[in-house]
Amino acid sequence: MAELVYDNTGRLLFTEEMKKEYTLLMPQMLPVHFAMMARLLENEGYKVEMLNTSGKSIVEAGQKYVHNDTCYPALLVIGQLIDAIQSGKYDVHKVGLLITQTGGGCRASNYIHLLRKALKKAGLEFVPVVSVNLSGLEKNPGFKLTLPFVRKAVFAMMYGDIIVQTSNQVRPYEVTPGQTDETIETCMQRLLDEMNQGKGLSLPTMKENFRWIVQAFRDIPVQGEPKVRVGVVGEIYIKYSPLGNNNLEQFLLSEGAEPVVPGLTDFIIFKINNREVDVDLYGGKWIKKQACRIFEDYVKKCQRAMIEAMKEGGFRAPGTFDDLHRLIKGYLGDGNKMGEGWLLTAEMLELIHSGTPNIVCTQPFGCLPNHIVGKGMIRKLKDDYPFSNIVAIDYDPGATKINQENRIKLMLANARELAREGHAAQEEAAHTPAGV
Amino acid sequence: MSLRIGIDIGSTTVKVVVLDEHNKLLFRSYERHYSKTRERACETLHSIEDRFRGQQVKLVITGSAGLGVAKAAGIDFVQEVYATAAAVREYYPDTDAVIELGGEDAKIIFFGGALEERMNGSCAGGTGAFIDQMATLMNVGVDELDRLSLKHEKIYPIASRCGVFAKSDIQPILNQGGRKEDVAASIFQAVVDQTVAGLTQGRELKGKIVFLGGPLHFLMGLRERFVDTLKLDKEHAIFPEDGDCFAGIGAALCAGEYQPRPFEEFLRLLEESVDAKTTVDSMPPLFTQQKEYDEFLRRHNANHPPEADIQTYKGPAWLGIDAGSTTTKMALIKADGGLLYTYYHSNEGNPVAVVLEQLKEIYKRCGQRITIKGAAVTGYGEDLIKNAFGCDLGLVETVAHFNAARHFNPDVDFIIDIGGQDMKCFKIRNGAVDSIMLNEACSSGCGSFIETFAKALGYDIASFSKLGLFAPHPVNLGSRCTVFMNSSVKQAQKDGASVEDISAGLSISIVKNAVYKVIRATSADDLGKHIVVQGGTFLNDAVLRAFEQELGRNVTRPTIAGLMGAFGAALAARDLHLEHSGLLREQDLASFTHTAKPVTCGLCTNHCSLTVNQFDGGRKFISGNRCSRPLGKEKVQLPDLMQYKYKKLRAMEGVGEGDGSRGRIGIPFGLNMYENLPFWFEFFTRLNFEVVLSPESSRMLYLKGQRTIPSDTVCYPAKLLHGHVEALVEAGVDAIWYPCMSYNNDEGIGDNHYNCPVVAYYPELLAVNVPNLKKTRFLDPYVGLWRHKDFAKRIAVLMEQEFGVPKRETRKAVKLAYDAYERYVNVLRETGKEYIEYARAYQMPIIVVCGRPYHIDPEINHGINDLITSFGFVLVTEDALSYLEDYAPRKVLNQWTFQARMYNAARYVCTQNDMQVIQLVSFGCGTDAITTDEMRDILESGGKLYTQLKIDDISNLGAVTIRIRSLMAAIDARKQQK
Repeated sequence: MAELVYDNTGRLLFTEEMKKEYTLLMPQMLPVHFAMMARLLENEGYKVEMLNTSGKSIVEAGQKYVHNDTCYPALLVIGQLIDAIQSGKYDVHKVGLLITQTGGGCRASNYIHLLRKALKKAGLEFVPVVSVNLSGLEKNPGFKLTLPFVRKAVFAMMYGDIIVQTSNQVRPYEVTPGQTDETIETCMQRLLDEMNQGKGLSLPTMKENFRWIVQAFRDIPVQGEPKVRVGVVGEIYIKYSPLGNNNLEQFLLSEGAEPVVPGLTDFIIFKINNREVDVDLYGGKWIKKQACRIFEDYVKKCQRAMIEAMKEGGFRAPGTFDDLHRLIKGYLGDGNKMGEGWLLTAEMLELIHSGTPNIVCTQPFGCLPNHIVGKGMIRKLKDDYPFSNIVAIDYDPGATKINQENRIKLMLANARELAREGHAAQEEAAHTPAGV
Repeated sequence: MSLRIGIDIGSTTVKVVVLDEHNKLLFRSYERHYSKTRERACETLHSIEDRFRGQQVKLVITGSAGLGVAKAAGIDFVQEVYATAAAVREYYPDTDAVIELGGEDAKIIFFGGALEERMNGSCAGGTGAFIDQMATLMNVGVDELDRLSLKHEKIYPIASRCGVFAKSDIQPILNQGGRKEDVAASIFQAVVDQTVAGLTQGRELKGKIVFLGGPLHFLMGLRERFVDTLKLDKEHAIFPEDGDCFAGIGAALCAGEYQPRPFEEFLRLLEESVDAKTTVDSMPPLFTQQKEYDEFLRRHNANHPPEADIQTYKGPAWLGIDAGSTTTKMALIKADGGLLYTYYHSNEGNPVAVVLEQLKEIYKRCGQRITIKGAAVTGYGEDLIKNAFGCDLGLVETVAHFNAARHFNPDVDFIIDIGGQDMKCFKIRNGAVDSIMLNEACSSGCGSFIETFAKALGYDIASFSKLGLFAPHPVNLGSRCTVFMNSSVKQAQKDGASVEDISAGLSISIVKNAVYKVIRATSADDLGKHIVVQGGTFLNDAVLRAFEQELGRNVTRPTIAGLMGAFGAALAARDLHLEHSGLLREQDLASFTHTAKPVTCGLCTNHCSLTVNQFDGGRKFISGNRCSRPLGKEKVQLPDLMQYKYKKLRAMEGVGEGDGSRGRIGIPFGLNMYENLPFWFEFFTRLNFEVVLSPESSRMLYLKGQRTIPSDTVCYPAKLLHGHVEALVEAGVDAIWYPCMSYNNDEGIGDNHYNCPVVAYYPELLAVNVPNLKKTRFLDPYVGLWRHKDFAKRIAVLMEQEFGVPKRETRKAVKLAYDAYERYVNVLRETGKEYIEYARAYQMPIIVVCGRPYHIDPEINHGINDLITSFGFVLVTEDALSYLEDYAPRKVLNQWTFQARMYNAARYVCTQNDMQVIQLVSFGCGTDAITTDEMRDILESGGKLYTQLKIDDISNLGAVTIRIRSLMAAIDARKQQK
C-alpha cells in the first residue's frame, strides 16, 4: 500500500505510487465535458471515475461536513465526494479526490480547503486531495498536468461546448427520443479515439472535427414548430450541474421549451482576460499580460471556428467573447471578475440580443457575486429591454423543487404570452434597446 | 359557450369558482384544505354536482399546490400569477399593480407596459402562514389579532425579511410588557414592509393598486397598514369583493382556451387521481413496536427529583422563576431539590400577570409552614420579573440550565435545551459553561413551530406529535428554517404523505436542525458522553426519540425537562444562603399594579425602543435600554476602540488642509469606506475638494434607499448604502466618489488581499439601481491602492480627465494620502495599546471585537459596544492587534484583507490571559461561513472561549446579552478553577 507522504506545510501528497494504486474520484459539473476529461486522464495512466451519483444522501453528507452557510455548490461537490467514499463502493485507502481550484475573491476559492476540513471531520484525512489548476498551485509528485495534456483538455472543452450547444438545438425536436444523446456518445467516442492517436489537436483538424460533429447532429431527423427558447445563465456549477439545479434542463424540456445554455469557452477566455485586465487597472508585468494575450487569442480563434461551423451547419451560433464584451459596456466594468463577474450579465445581454429574452438566472442562495452581476443587473436589463423576461432562482438544500418550478412556470407563461403578442416586436426590441 | 370553472389550490386553502358566459359569478367557495387538497376540491365539486351535472364545462386548475393535483388528474394547469393577471385585466383594466398575499406566497404584479411579475423568493416566505404563526405566539386568534391592531398607538420595528426573524423581535417586546395592540399592528406592518421592500426591487408602487388574497380580504388591520404605508386614497386602493378567490376567477377565465368536457368527467378525473401516490423521500420509523416504546419511557421516567409534598412540608423553601420567551416556568424547592410546587404555562404575552397570580397561589399553599428564603429568576423576562417582584438574584439561562442538569447528572458534559422559541446548547468543560450555541434567528423553528403546524393541520400539539411515534415512513423534510419547512411540508402533502408521517418528519427535522444547523456536529462524540436534554420540546417523545436515533446514543431527559430553567434558578437561590428574601410578601401582592408604556429614547442615535414599566408605590423599571442614560444615570464610559474609531472617521469631513475651491465630493459612509476614508479624505482635501460624508446610518436612512435594493438576501451593511447615496444626491454634491475595489491594502498577513465581492462591486450595483444617481456625477472607477506607484499614475490620469487636475498635483496628493492613512493606522494601534494598559492597570478584562471595519457603525452593531463595556469590559478591535502576529498558513484560503486581520487578532488573543474574542457576523455574509469555523478553531485550540454575535437590520439584544453574560460566567468559572 502506498505510503502517506506530506509536504512541509503538512499537506498530504498524491505520490507516484498512488497514481498506480488509487482511483481518483471527480465531481460532476458538465456531464459531457467532464466525462471527456475523465477519459483523457485515464489515458494518461490515472484511474479516474466521474461521479454520476444523485439523491438526498449527497446533500446530507454536505450538510454534515460543510458549514451550512457555505454556498450550495461547495456543499454538493464535497457532499458528492464524501458520499461516494462512504458508500462502501471503494477501498477508502485507495481513493483520491480531484477538485478544481480557481482562486479569485469569491468564497468558492475555498472549496479545496473546505474539502480537506470535511475529510478530517469525517475521519478520512488519509484521503489525498489533488488540485486541478493552471496556476501551479499545490503540486503533487503523482499528478502532473503536462502541456500536451492541458492542450487536450482545452480541446476537450471546446468539443464539449460544440456538442452541447448543437445537441441542445436538436433534442427538443428529435423524432426518435434518445437519438440526440446517442449521437453525443458516438461523437465523444470518436473524438477521444482520435485524440489518443494524437489526432484532432491542431486548429485545422479541430475545424474538421467541428464540421462532422455539426453534421452528425444535423442528420438527426427533427419535427415540430419552434419552441419557446429559454436561456440559462448563472453561477457556473448551479448553471450546469443537474444535481445543482434540480435537473433544470430536463424540466424545461418537459415544459415544451428549448433550453439555451451558453458554453464554457467564454468562461475560459474570461478567466484569462481577467489577468490582462488586472495589469491594465492596477499595474503589473507587461510580459505576464502578453503571455495571457497569446493564450486568449488562441482560444478565441478556436471559438470563432466553432461559431463558423455551427453557422454553416444551419445552427444558431453564440456570439464571440468580443461580442459579449461589447454588450457589457454601460453595465459593468472589466474589473468585475469575481465568480462569473461581468460575463454573467453579458450572457444575459447576448441571449436577449439573439432572440432569447426568456432567461433563468440561477444561483446558490446568498451567492455573493450574483447579488451584483445577477440580481443586481436585472432592473437595468428590464428598463433597457422591456420585453426581457428574466427569473432569478435560488438553489440551496432547503429550497424545494416545487417552488422553483412554479416560478419558472410563471416565466414560461409570460414567455408564451410574449410570443403570442408577436415575435416581431420582441426581436425588434432586442436590437434597439430602449433609451438608445 | 360553456361554463368555465377555475380551481385554485393554494398552500392552505382551496378556492372553486364557476363563471357563466358573461363572466358572471355562479358559484364561489373558499375553504381550508388541511393538507387534503384533492379531497377538498372533490368535496366542493360534489356539493355543486346537482347544479352542473350533464353540462359541458371547461375546467382549469391553478395555485401553488395545484400543479401536482393537475398533473395527477390530467387536467390543464395555469400558473397562478398568470391567472390572477387575467382576472384583474378583465375586471379592473386600468390597474397599475396587484398585491396578492396568500397562505405562503406574496406577489406583486405590475401592469402597464410589459407585464412584470414578482413572487417572494425562497427566503422571504410566509405571509398568511406567518400571521397565523404570530397569532399563535400571542395566544390570540387571527380575528382577534386583527381587532387589536386597529387600536394601536405605536409601531415597533420588526424584521421584515422573514417570519422567523420577526418572531424573535416580537418576543422581547411582549416579554417586556409592550402593548398587544401595538405588537399586532407591528406584525401587519412587517408584512407590508416585507412585501414592499422584498418585491418591488426598484420599481415604484403607484397608481391604482388591487389587493387580493385571503389575508388582505379578511384582515382590516392589514389593509390599513398597506393603505397607510403606500399613501393610497379610496380610488387607488381597490379591495375587490371576491379578492380572496381572484386567482380562481382568473383560472376560470383562462379555461376558455381549453377543451370542454362534461362536468362529471372532470369530477371523475379528480376523484380517481386521489389515490395516485408518488414516492416521498422517507426515513426509518421512530418506533416499530409498543414494547420498544414502553422500554424507552421506563428509562426516561427514572430521572426525577426527590418527592416532596407542599401540604405537609415544614421549613425553608426556594423559588426559581424561568420567564421564558413563550412560557413561564416556576419551581419551589426544598434544600434537597425536592419539588414542592411547579408551574408551566404559556405566558400569554404577559409574564408579569402570570407570575403575580402564581405567587399568590404559592403563598396561599405555603401558609405559615413554609418560608421562602430566596428567589431567583432567569430567562428573557428576567429583568422585568426581578424588578417587579423583588427577586434576590437574576441569572443567565445557560447557568440556570447547567445548575439543573448537574443535579441529575453530575458528570454532564453537554446540555441541549429546546424551548418554544429558542434553542440553547453548550458544552461543560472543567465544570464551566463553554462553547454556547444558540440558534441564530434563521433556524429558530423549535417547539412553537411544531405547534403551529399541528394547528394548521387541525390538531393540538400533544395528539399531533403522538401520531408520529409509530409512523411507518416519516417524511424527510430536511433541516432548515420554518419558512423552508412550510414548502417541504407542502411538497410532501402534494406527494400524498400521511399526517402521521409528516408529524414524525417534523419531529426529526427539529432534531436535525439542532444537530446540524445549531451544533453542527458530525458524530455523537462531538457533543459529549453525558448528554442532558431539556426544554419543553423534549417532553415530546417523538423529538426525544429522533434525537437519540440521530446521535445513536442514549441521553438523559429528566421528567421535569420543561422546568429545568426554573429548577436551576431555585437551586441558585438556595445557594445564596440568605436569611431573608427580598421577594414581595403576600400582603404586598394585594396592592400590586403594573402598567407598561412604550417610548423611544432620544438621548443618543441608538434611539432605543424603551418600555417603561410602572409598578405600585412608584416603582419603575425601564427595559430595552443599552446604556444607563435613560435611567437618569450618567453614562460610564470604559475605553471602547469601536467608538474611538467611529468618532475619528466621522470627523473626516470638510475642507481639511485645502481650501475646497474645486467643489464638493460626496463619500458614502459605508462598507470599505470605514477603512479607506482616511486615505480619500486626505487625497481630496489636498486637491482642494470639500469632502461631504453621507449622514450617519439610521433606520430612516435605510428606509430611504430600501425600495432600490435588488437582492433581499444581501447583507445589511450593503443595503444601507442605498440610503447613503440617496442622501448625498439630496445634499447636492458635485460628484460622488465610490470606487470599485477588487483588492484592498496588502498587509502581508494573508494569502491574498481581496475585498469580498459585495464590498468590491457594490458601487456598480448602485449605479444601475438607484435612479437618483443620474442627477449627479457618480464616479465608480476601478482602483487598486496597494501598488502605490501604479495607483498614482492611474489616478492622476483619471483626475485630469474628470476634474482637470494637473497630474503633478494629484501625484503629490497621493503621497500625502498614503502618509495620512499610515498615521491613522498607527494612532489606532497606539490607542489600542493605551486601552489595554488602562485595562491592566484597573484589572479589567478585555474583549477583542473581531469583525469588519464597517461593523463599528452603530446602526449595524446596534450599540453592542455599549453593551459590552457596560458589563465592565475594555473593548479593542481586531485591527489594533492584527499586526502583532506574522503571516501563518491557515487551513482555509486566507485571501481577504479584513478577514485576515481577524485570524491574526485571534492568534494574539490566545497568548494573552486577560483577553477574549467576540466575533461580529452580519446575516448573509458569505465569507463568514468560512471565517467563523476557522476563528473557533484558532481560539479553542488556544484555550480560549469562542463567542459569536450575529447582527441584522433589527436588534435583538436579548440573544446578545445571553452570550455576553454566559461568556462572563464562563470567564468567572475559569478564574475560580485557577
